[in-house]
Amino acid sequence: MKKIKLSLRFSPHLTEKPITYHLIKDYDLVINILNAEINFNKAGKLTVEMEGTEENIDKGLRYLEQQGVKYKIFTKTIIWEEDKCVHCGACTAVCPSRALKMDQKDWSLSFDKSKCLVCELCIQACPINAMDMDFFL
Amino acid sequence: MSKKSFEEINEKIKQGKAVVVTADEIIDLVEEKGVKKVAQEVDVVTTATFSPMCSTGAFLNFGHTEVPIRMSKVWLNDVPAYAGLAAVDAFIGATELSESRGFDYGGAHVIQDLIDGKKVKLHATSYGTDCYPKKEVTTYITKEDINQAYLFNPRNAYQNYNAATNSSDKIIYTYMGTLLPDYGNITYCTSGQLSPLLNDPLLRTIGIGTRIFLAGTQGYISWEGTQHVLSVEKINQSTTQYSGATLAVIGNLKEMSTQFIRAATFEKYGITMFVGIGIPIPVIDEKMVEFLAVKDSDIYTQVIDYSYPKRSKPTIKKVNYQELRSGAIDLNNKKVPTAPLSSLKKAREIALLLKESIIKGEFLLQKPVQPLPDNNEFKPLNEREVE
Ligand code: SF4
Ligand code: SF4
Repeated sequence: MKKIKLSLRFSPHLTEKPITYHLIKDYDLVINILNAEINFNKAGKLTVEMEGTEENIDKGLRYLEQQGVKYKIFTKTIIWEEDKCVHCGACTAVCPSRALKMDQKDWSLSFDKSKCLVCELCIQACPINAMDMDFFL
Repeated sequence: MSKKSFEEINEKIKQGKAVVVTADEIIDLVEEKGVKKVAQEVDVVTTATFSPMCSTGAFLNFGHTEVPIRMSKVWLNDVPAYAGLAAVDAFIGATELSESRGFDYGGAHVIQDLIDGKKVKLHATSYGTDCYPKKEVTTYITKEDINQAYLFNPRNAYQNYNAATNSSDKIIYTYMGTLLPDYGNITYCTSGQLSPLLNDPLLRTIGIGTRIFLAGTQGYISWEGTQHVLSVEKINQSTTQYSGATLAVIGNLKEMSTQFIRAATFEKYGITMFVGIGIPIPVIDEKMVEFLAVKDSDIYTQVIDYSYPKRSKPTIKKVNYQELRSGAIDLNNKKVPTAPLSSLKKAREIALLLKESIIKGEFLLQKPVQPLPDNNEFKPLNEREVE
């Protein structure tokens, strides 16, 4: 099994097609939608995680190409080493997407990976080095 | 008016009868029961902070080698330590950078590695003397096999501190963290209503000799901190602001835990160290309860524009900690996100731990042997022509 993260861009005529449905049904892929911005008049943008056999992922990607969906595979992801983290909050000062946030009650840090734009700002901002880059593929 | 002495409170602690609450908990108690009742019922209030504190360092005594050496230059894991003391004593400062790894490793990391029991490479050189003929040594040490290792921090636990922002069009890297352009963010750095010196703002119970929680062990306040100024400012009719007191603290590094002290690197600024400090405040009278009931909305700080590389930087706004904690404040009609730099989660952990050890009778209060000065000035360094 293999897992990749990718962003998809649809042209307007494709926003009504059940693309993820076909990826799941026809290619036996596990699709986790991380972020979706679909504007029916203009275009759609999806960030998804795709899990399946190497072969099925290839087939799925080919299906996307045939449909005219443009995609970009993420080769990096941000990892938060929670056991190192002291929950100071310095990283939240720079995170543009609020993927990193302080809980207003217990003042612990939370990391919502699905909102992460992989801008890498938090890696430098963390004084403890608890944010790191993970390369996959 | 009820008054309690340190001795009476310690007696209660020994008998397991002391009532101890944290500086967070006392706020609701006072609201519910009133100052008078709380002054009678509560004996000790615990306060804490876990913040980056640059003025951190450790004294080490390595012991003598066979064929002894009078170390005049010392490096620990390639970080220079100051050895202009005695033959085998040195002081390692947290902000000192490694000569081989730059910003990735510094004095704070050496201190962290020592506390963690790791092996640290000691390299020392000397000019050689009749009684100390050896001129060079390279070996490993750990905290277990050296004689003394104690933290001595000349300036910690700032009473209150600025919040920082950046009006310029460039990102700036400061000891207040990464500041985004065009007032992109604001950072702030005390634990507010839980902060030690904001709960005893006139230092009525805290002074030289006070026993404190220091990075996981029991330490002491040894002196006023550097730049210590006990200043008082009126914000409005009901709010008085205290700002500049600091503490010099001391404690046995061998007993510390890196859960409560941690090396830190501020991007493009340098190395510092998070230090966890907890201070118990005895409820000696009703006036003390009034101070201890202080809450985030009563404590003001100023948002300073760090884009001016000058001694005096412009103040943009006065804000209180409740506003800072809310996640965003208004600045020039724009909502600017706020972020802390010190860990309130860790500070709360320390305040609770200290509370528990007092309740268990493991931590007794120590009455100061001398108060900290209240008439210091904050002096600048004026450059004079040197012939
Ligand atoms: S800056 Fe680092 S240590 Fe601080 S909360 Fe973020 S991840 Fe944790
Ligand atoms: S990489 Fe950017 S978006 Fe992702 S968590 Fe870090 S700062 Fe936030």
